[in-house]
Amino acid sequence: MHRDHIGLDQAPARHTYTPPSARALRIGLGGPVGSGKTATVAALCRALRTELSLAVVTNDIYTTEDAEFLLRNAVLPPERITAVETGCCPHTAIRDDISANLEAVEDLEASLGPLDLILVESGGDNLTATFSRGLVDHQIFVIDVSGGDKIPRKGGPGVSASDLLVVNKTDLAPLVGADLTVMARDARHQRGDLPTVFTSLAAPGGVAPVADWVRARLDAWRRR
Amino acid sequence: MSTAVVADARITARPDGRGGTALPVLAGGGPIALRRTRGGATARVTVIGAMAGPLGGDRLALRIDVRPGAALHVGSAAATISLPGRDGRPARWDLDFTVAEDAELHWLPEPVVAATGSRLLTRTRITLAAGARLHYREEQVLGRHHDLARGAPPGRLTSRLTVRQAGRPILDQQTDLGPGAPAWDGPASLGGHRAAGHLLTVGHPAPPVPPPGHDAALLTLPGTDATLLTALAPDALRLRRLLTP
Amino acid sequence: MPDRTPAPGGATAVLLLLADGRFPAGGHAHSGGAEAAVRAGRIRDQDDLAAFLTGRLHTTGLTAAALAAAATAAATDPDPDRLDDLDRAADARTPSPALRATSRRLGRQLLRAARAAWPHPALDRLADRHPRGAHHPVVLGTTAHAAGLTPAQAASLAAYESVNGPATACVRLLGLDPYRVAAVLARLAPELDAVTAEAVRAAEQGDLPAASAPLLDILAEQHSTWKVRLFAS
Repeated sequence: MHRDHIGLDQAPARHTYTPPSARALRIGLGGPVGSGKTATVAALCRALRTELSLAVVTNDIYTTEDAEFLLRNAVLPPERITAVETGCCPHTAIRDDISANLEAVEDLEASLGPLDLILVESGGDNLTATFSRGLVDHQIFVIDVSGGDKIPRKGGPGVSASDLLVVNKTDLAPLVGADLTVMARDARHQRGDLPTVFTSLAAPGGVAPVADWVRARLDAWRRR
Repeated sequence: MSTAVVADARITARPDGRGGTALPVLAGGGPIALRRTRGGATARVTVIGAMAGPLGGDRLALRIDVRPGAALHVGSAAATISLPGRDGRPARWDLDFTVAEDAELHWLPEPVVAATGSRLLTRTRITLAAGARLHYREEQVLGRHHDLARGAPPGRLTSRLTVRQAGRPILDQQTDLGPGAPAWDGPASLGGHRAAGHLLTVGHPAPPVPPPGHDAALLTLPGTDATLLTALAPDALRLRRLLTP
Repeated sequence: MPDRTPAPGGATAVLLLLADGRFPAGGHAHSGGAEAAVRAGRIRDQDDLAAFLTGRLHTTGLTAAALAAAATAAATDPDPDRLDDLDRAADARTPSPALRATSRRLGRQLLRAARAAWPHPALDRLADRHPRGAHHPVVLGTTAHAAGLTPAQAASLAAYESVNGPATACVRLLGLDPYRVAAVLARLAPELDAVTAEAVRAAEQGDLPAASAPLLDILAEQHSTWKVRLFAS
């Protein structure tokens, strides 16, 4: 060809994402509507903000709704929270066309300086929505007991392949007749060695199992 | 039988050396008569249409040159009515304004009204030096009142406005409204309105943001200290209200 | 014997890839003003949509198509001034700050995808000179050059994108029958080609059009102030 051509193998990684050495760890949080993704993000921010420099990108279907929840609850200063519009397709923005989220993540890093951790919260979607590996390094999938104790058995990529499965609202289990041992067994069956934690964010320190898991990922990220 | 008119009018404004503005050139042409209406720091000129028009086929031009330190205000005595010519050719109305550093031009004429069957192409080129100040108003009305009242379609107005500031283009836009222009009355363009206009402000304080509930917006242009208030309204009167800060 | 020679360099397939709504360049989150027009009650059915798309195609669609065609030609020049001039021309043709921001944002997103798909020095230069993003038609034209497409193909992509995005958005926002919307787009095809040809002619003559539509600017500014919206523009 007449063009000055660069082979595909020479395509620099920066074209799709910032070189890993120069950037924060990125963790995605997905899960169905109402399972407690935003509450988990808020609790994580409160638990980690004194020890880490962190920022959040939200992908609410109503764009700024989740960002405003986080702002109202003052979990982080406003400049550390960005909302991305998803054009009615929250799963597209985190999986098929991640460009707007990558822009948001990189803009946060550019404007705030070096960060330790960026949480990317997906808009509430269904059990098949997962994050692209081009956008996040790890993903957490949040379900809750009130959705029925059959959800882990149903599987789907979020339940079976996420790096951490969070079963939230365990305090409601007796009220909705959900059997946590059944959920744990089904999760193990679907997920093999991948971890599952049970949380009740209503309780003090309820997010601790998730925060501990995040800290361990961050340690591994720094040591790589 | 009417023959097409070709006219070239000119105004040059410069400081008169006594704190005011002199008009060494004030030359009307054809149907464009120019009257100096007042002196003072800002020279005021009124454009008086000496006959009906423009008619299809006419080619009218007005060049205004505001020299450093001068201030000129140009208005018009009445609306400009675009009328159909005999042979279906469009009329042309070319405006060419140059405003020097520390000079100011206020171009605040009455609207251009497109009568049934008319076709008018207006081309406005504004060249601003750095530090030039400008108020420029443009109002287009689709159809005379009695055209619309009898259910006749309006004429067509194609209008291009190009503004350069310190050599850089800061605004270049063309609207094409009226029968023959694709989807001119649709939800992307006029959306049922019959009057469209702008107020371009450079180097003066920006007008206030238009009140909600109107099809109007205050746009900050890419240049220095330049805004465009753009508005649509059902008629000329309501358009003028939106464009009057 | 029928001629089975493919277009040089796989250009036809490249064109299809770039026009595909699944190409990851950020378009899916933009309605091209349709969300604001729907909220204002200006688009309610497929007839309104057809008028909206026709208006958009002949105004901002034509302008974007000509800029894209001109950028494809300018990208052959190692001197970046021509592309920078086109970027300024796009700025002047976009009086709405909300639409300027959208165009630069989409330009940056397309550039990210283009540099991964068709690495080329012209794309690198554009990224270096416009770190906050060049205007989308300028990036589209440069991408077309990098991918071996012609100015006419770049123009047809820009024209197509000017109607495809809002049409898809209206299917999502209004629940319009997707078959009827597909029919609306199919009927626009001759006009798309005509606008493309007009854009290419204008770009070749160096007389870039500046066609604009008043409500698109006004609606874009209103949309940018909403607290709750589904689309980025």
